[in-house]
Amino acid sequence: MTQYERFLDTFFNPAVMAKYLPNIVEGLLVTCQIAILVVVSGILFGLALALLRSYRWTPVNLFIIFFVDMCRALPPLVLILILYFGLPNVGLTMSGYVVLWLVLTCVLAAFSEEIFWAGILSVDKGQWMASRSTGMSYTQTLLNVVLPQAIRMTIPPLTNRTIAITKNTALGMVIGVDELLNEATTAQAFSGNATPLMMGAIAYLMLFVPVVYLGRYIEHRFAWRKA
Amino acid sequence: MTQPILSVRNLHMSYGKLEVLRGIDIDVAPSELVFVIGPSGSGKSTLLRCCNRLEEPDSGEIIVDGTSITARGADLNTIRRGIGMVFQSFNLYPHLTAGGNVMLALRKVLRKPKAEARLIAEAALERVGLADKIDNYPNQLSGGQQQRAAIARALALEPKIMLFDEPTSALDPELVGDVLNVMAELKEAGMTMVVVSHEMRFAKAAADRVIFMDGGVIVEQGAPAGLFANPQHQRTRDFVRQVEH
Repeated sequence: MTQYERFLDTFFNPAVMAKYLPNIVEGLLVTCQIAILVVVSGILFGLALALLRSYRWTPVNLFIIFFVDMCRALPPLVLILILYFGLPNVGLTMSGYVVLWLVLTCVLAAFSEEIFWAGILSVDKGQWMASRSTGMSYTQTLLNVVLPQAIRMTIPPLTNRTIAITKNTALGMVIGVDELLNEATTAQAFSGNATPLMMGAIAYLMLFVPVVYLGRYIEHRFAWRKA
Repeated sequence: MTQPILSVRNLHMSYGKLEVLRGIDIDVAPSELVFVIGPSGSGKSTLLRCCNRLEEPDSGEIIVDGTSITARGADLNTIRRGIGMVFQSFNLYPHLTAGGNVMLALRKVLRKPKAEARLIAEAALERVGLADKIDNYPNQLSGGQQQRAAIARALALEPKIMLFDEPTSALDPELVGDVLNVMAELKEAGMTMVVVSHEMRFAKAAADRVIFMDGGVIVEQGAPAGLFANPQHQRTRDFVRQVEH
């Protein structure tokens, strides 16, 4: 066997590919599903926190800041392990799927809260004054005047952060979620061949490259419109 | 004097230790155009912002059309609807068209149906000479057009009084005239107006009364002709001389 053939046999073995393709596809679907759930719930939760924070109720804000700082400071893997292996001891058992979703949602919510909050703060004070001077309430001003402008500014950083956090769905592997990386490593163990990992990598590219391009498109579009 | 539309009584306001307003008393009659002049830092803009409680005064009372707006539990959102405000920096909402800017409060505060709000917006923009700009975004308008759209936004709510906070200070000189013309037309139509501005020529031509403020107090006031030609106080003389040259 030449060097080249050995390379192909290790990473692109057709027999292994054919055998494990269904598992990889299944894993990809699970990863997609969790990713979509995390993006939707994480961003909405983050937005809700940022809106809540703008009312400046001290106890609420202290709680939000504490929550956000914890979720941003701790590696997601630590949170996942604590929830998955720790909570059953106090009588709270969640499936790996739920733990993964919950942790990544909280982490994305924490980062997006900070991004939305920065966006809300960056809207000129004159906008608040103009709106309030026409009799609009605080909440009406926040939702109709400030938020639309804040969101425009938050889109580029939010896109990047969302991609970075969604990739962490691969951490589900350590708590037995049947996501893409888990399926790939399992197949690699059974086949004794690295081809399934390669298939996993390709599947990740198929999932995230379009998202990266979408992000770049949105970023470009909004940057251009602002100018 | 008929019952004033705006009464300010012994108004005090400070930022931390800095006393910005030190006992202001003003009565503005219906249809009166009152000009407030004075050096920067004299408290003019703060006074104006107290009149719809965008700034919170420390003490004193403000009565707008018979309703105390400084009373505990005053319904600020309802009161503010009746007080139009125009800002130095226009403060149009950049994500909405000129029409959208005018319609927002009509829709959200007065709960007008969309079609009716649109008709009111058209009429308000027509009044400031911007009927053809209803679908333009603020960044597609010149400074003067933006300020006129901001005036239309306030006008659409049919305020009893309009407050102008240096409405022409951010404008290129050649655009000032359009905004002043609109203000003169409002005056003609009987609008009560309080204007903080340095447009002395406009003050002379259109104001019923000029108030000179310095250091948080009213130093002197009177009809523009008298006040500009024959100021009673040294500080007024100095200021008038400075802005006229």
